[in-house]
Amino acid sequence: MRYLPLSPQDRAEMLGVIGVNSIDDLFVDVPQSARRTGLVDLPLHMGELEVERALTRLAAKNTAASSVPFFCGAGAYKHHVPASVDHLIQRSEFLTSYTPYQPEIAQGTLQVLFEFQTQVANLTGMEVANASMYDGSTATAEAVLMAHRVTKRGKAVFSGGVHPHYLHAAETLAHATQIETVALEPAIDGEAKVIDAIDANTACVVVQTPNVFGTATDVTKIAEAAHAAGALLIVVVTEAVSLGLLKSPGAMGADIVAAEGQSIGVGLNFGGPYVGLFAVREKLTRQMPGRLCGETVDADGKRGYVLTLSTREQHIRRDKATSNICTNSGLCALAWTIHMSLMGEKGLRGVAEISHAQALKLRDALKSVPGVEILTPRFFNEFAIRTPGSATAVVEALAKKGVLGGVPYARLHPEGGFEDVILVAATETVTDADIKAYQTALSEVLA
Amino acid sequence: MRFTKDHEWVSLDGDVATIGITRYAAEQLGDVVFVETPEAGKAVNKGDGCAVVESVKAASDVYSPVSGEVVEGNAALGSAPETVNADPEGAGWFCKIKVANAADVDALMDRAAYDAFLATL
Amino acid sequence: MTTTTMANVGRPTRPETTTSNDAHATLTGGRGLLQDEALIFELNAWDKTGLDLPKADRDASDLGDLVRGDPIGLPGLSEPEALRHYVRLSQKNHAIDLALYPLGSCTMKHNPRLNEKMARLPGFGDVHPLQPQSTVQGAIELMDQLAHWLKTLTGMPAVALSPKAGAHGELCGLLAIHAAHDAKGDTARRVVLVPTSAHGTNPATAAFVGYAVREIAQTADGRVDLADLEAKLGPDIAAIMVTNPNTCGLFERDVIEIARLAHAAGAYFYCDGANFNAIVGRVRPGDLGVDAMHINLHKTFSTPHGGGGPGAGPVVLSEALAPYAPTPWVVHDDKGFHLIEEERDEAARSFGRMCAFQGQMGMYVRALSYMMSHGSDGLRQVAEDAVLNANYIKARLSDLMTPAFPDGPCMHEALFDDRWLEGTEVTTLDFAKAMIDEGFHPMTMYFPLVVHGAMLIEPTETEPKQELDRFVEALRALAKAAKAGDVERFKGAPYHAPLRRLDETRAARAPKLRWTPPVAEAAE
Repeated sequence: MRYLPLSPQDRAEMLGVIGVNSIDDLFVDVPQSARRTGLVDLPLHMGELEVERALTRLAAKNTAASSVPFFCGAGAYKHHVPASVDHLIQRSEFLTSYTPYQPEIAQGTLQVLFEFQTQVANLTGMEVANASMYDGSTATAEAVLMAHRVTKRGKAVFSGGVHPHYLHAAETLAHATQIETVALEPAIDGEAKVIDAIDANTACVVVQTPNVFGTATDVTKIAEAAHAAGALLIVVVTEAVSLGLLKSPGAMGADIVAAEGQSIGVGLNFGGPYVGLFAVREKLTRQMPGRLCGETVDADGKRGYVLTLSTREQHIRRDKATSNICTNSGLCALAWTIHMSLMGEKGLRGVAEISHAQALKLRDALKSVPGVEILTPRFFNEFAIRTPGSATAVVEALAKKGVLGGVPYARLHPEGGFEDVILVAATETVTDADIKAYQTALSEVLA
Repeated sequence: MRFTKDHEWVSLDGDVATIGITRYAAEQLGDVVFVETPEAGKAVNKGDGCAVVESVKAASDVYSPVSGEVVEGNAALGSAPETVNADPEGAGWFCKIKVANAADVDALMDRAAYDAFLATL
Repeated sequence: MTTTTMANVGRPTRPETTTSNDAHATLTGGRGLLQDEALIFELNAWDKTGLDLPKADRDASDLGDLVRGDPIGLPGLSEPEALRHYVRLSQKNHAIDLALYPLGSCTMKHNPRLNEKMARLPGFGDVHPLQPQSTVQGAIELMDQLAHWLKTLTGMPAVALSPKAGAHGELCGLLAIHAAHDAKGDTARRVVLVPTSAHGTNPATAAFVGYAVREIAQTADGRVDLADLEAKLGPDIAAIMVTNPNTCGLFERDVIEIARLAHAAGAYFYCDGANFNAIVGRVRPGDLGVDAMHINLHKTFSTPHGGGGPGAGPVVLSEALAPYAPTPWVVHDDKGFHLIEEERDEAARSFGRMCAFQGQMGMYVRALSYMMSHGSDGLRQVAEDAVLNANYIKARLSDLMTPAFPDGPCMHEALFDDRWLEGTEVTTLDFAKAMIDEGFHPMTMYFPLVVHGAMLIEPTETEPKQELDRFVEALRALAKAAKAGDVERFKGAPYHAPLRRLDETRAARAPKLRWTPPVAEAAE
């Protein structure tokens, strides 16, 4: 077996050193009834070629995003990732290292985390960012629990524009901890409706911009209303590239930003792994979940980095920790940071502007298709369209024509009342020819 | 000054008790990096957590040995937590509590009893 | 005062020594192959970019005052600069590919590169989670195959794939348990029992779900104290969380009885599967009475740790808990494979969704590639070699160091305490830092909490005997040096790492968590 270096002779010698006769003597503590003598009912080992052949066959059954005109978004976006990103994250020293608990021999990872935290804080317009969460949805759930800890209040209000999966993940956790969740009716342009739902027991309001329908909203007034009532404002962002064009949540008064970082540096991966971005106001730092990297000096006075404020975390605080999170999304955070460093502000703004421009072109192209109605008033790179009949059927028919034309809203929220709505996204990877292909295919499907 | 088995000290002046952690406790914790003290007006029951003290690798709840109302938290520790290491039984105090029942304090160990207790650890 | 801690209370968190090894300090801060590398924010790259982009066809004017005006503060590097920057940083990291990485409880095994290649196939890496299911049949089938392998290896009837890491898996298990009790109207169960030796995530997860945590005592031979467990079980106990093999590296001999007692008291048995690597292919948790167990794909099934993540924490579930599993999950019929995404019909009792989309697909591909490569025969060999390697290390060091539990074999990790360092002035921490100078990553230290000055060594099965011997000889030499009074070698260590010991106290007292421009700093 190519991954197991011990030879039969090694094993025999080692058993001798240990002073036992057989490997079974090392498993004597397993109860007799649970000792399995034979092999489990699974295939025997395979060579690299055989495994590659089998998995390549499975992969070939899927339509890769890059192989067709592609317009899916709804929380996961196809952006171009420079080749050097994937090369760098596969360096052994990054790929095969552990959490940097021994800072003297983990400065590479630690400095990257310090750069990541700074980039995330600057991008979101916040003061402090952590070293990553699993993804945007779990970051949102954690933000709600954090707001409950900070305010000691028991209710979280969600706008009707929050991604239904995010709402759902937060509800799952809130239910167990007996935090009441109030989810407003799905609304294409209704983030501000949360203001009317704020009361004296509201720990936080959760809004998303651009929201799941693509609508971009200035949440300043919502922040003011939340703060006046003693509640925190959580702003969710599912498309991080939008922050290259749109006002930052921090500038609009957010207390916590929970964002999905996937669209920078991380591929689509059928849903994971992604990277959760989590940023807060400085005064909330000690209530944050997750790891934090901080600057310090070594014994010779040289600058270096360590994991810090760890008393918030499970390995020290145990049942009083701010979260149970341990493993986070380290390598995806590295990819995020490298991609961001290659873009810089200039490149990020460029990618954002092109994505926006392509989305506007796409809107104009689809608007001209008979039967199509554009629903989203202001958007970055994603908008909702209404087509006659079932959106799911339309998307399926488009797929048969070789166009992945978006996500039916009903896939995210079947009872949400938008069975005829498709969420359509464009990025810098969408060409004018792709837009034309979509327009043609949709015209044919709706004809 | 009186002491608890949880290594808090209490010093009573009239009906106001000053509370901190002992030199032994401060040494056990190592370098103190953060202290959270209670705000004035907070009602505290005997045995409730009234402060949190943290080193890099440990976090400890400080339990109030008395019941009463917080008169003052030691705000100076916010920017100078190292005071707890430098002067744990003096300037490193955590809070002052107006005690409901002074007998709570009398029931605690005196210095000799606490030293004897430490010798058993 | 009650302390929650890593059992190394009071150990120095700032460098104590002033001994310098800079006899011939370099003039630039660089040292041979190790470059002194500034932060990207210090490279004067504010107006640069490593991207060649066409100009956008139209401006963003119709967004009005939503448009971001002020500078964001993100430097940009050309490709050669970016490569240099991150390669220089990478060289300051230890890695499995460099040398043995004996972190107990972490299972730092070799990460096969075939798995990386497979995860990057466009059909897996470049598919959207919400594409029509008809266009991702192979991806859903892969999830189904992974589920089959996990269920077969554990002897459990169901698996929830979506949890994103071990702790997220614990959360999944406890939420399923919560839902199962709720379904029975059994809402008085508010306590979870956890051994003192548990991973910190166990009590943290229980508290996260709103349970109170009560500790179970440990016996002198490092196992759960059955009498204490029995005394604490009652109508208020929702679950017990027990790691097996446990965090002392020992198999819980009475695990079947533990499960029986829990079930008799109406509680569920959550098993922390972090140490599944020791028994995979030889023992099925389903034969031990387990109700729920997470499997860290980044431990047992070799998905890379990546400097802290990402991981994946699928949870296998018993018949009793399976109906409450989180969505989505996979079913198949003659029409193909389908994701069940909604809590209705057959999924009506699901406790809900844990995250957006389907979970860690990239990790599923890597784990399945690893499993297929090993097969049923190779996986059994994995457990055997992992246990053999740990026992070999224990046998070869026990004359100089003190094993915490000398009697009987250990499983996949060898646990030593610090009794053998008594009187040397060298602590577990010092010893670990001296290992860095010898080219090895330290073992897990001060965990589990129940062993004084714990040193937990997990070599894994992918270490050749030659590397084990090199490691053992290094530790033996260090142990002898400690006992011979060579204290400064330890107190000042590491001397030869990219940095010396770091001042953690300073980092925590005045946290500096991001770079800020020097001008702004002066103004503050």
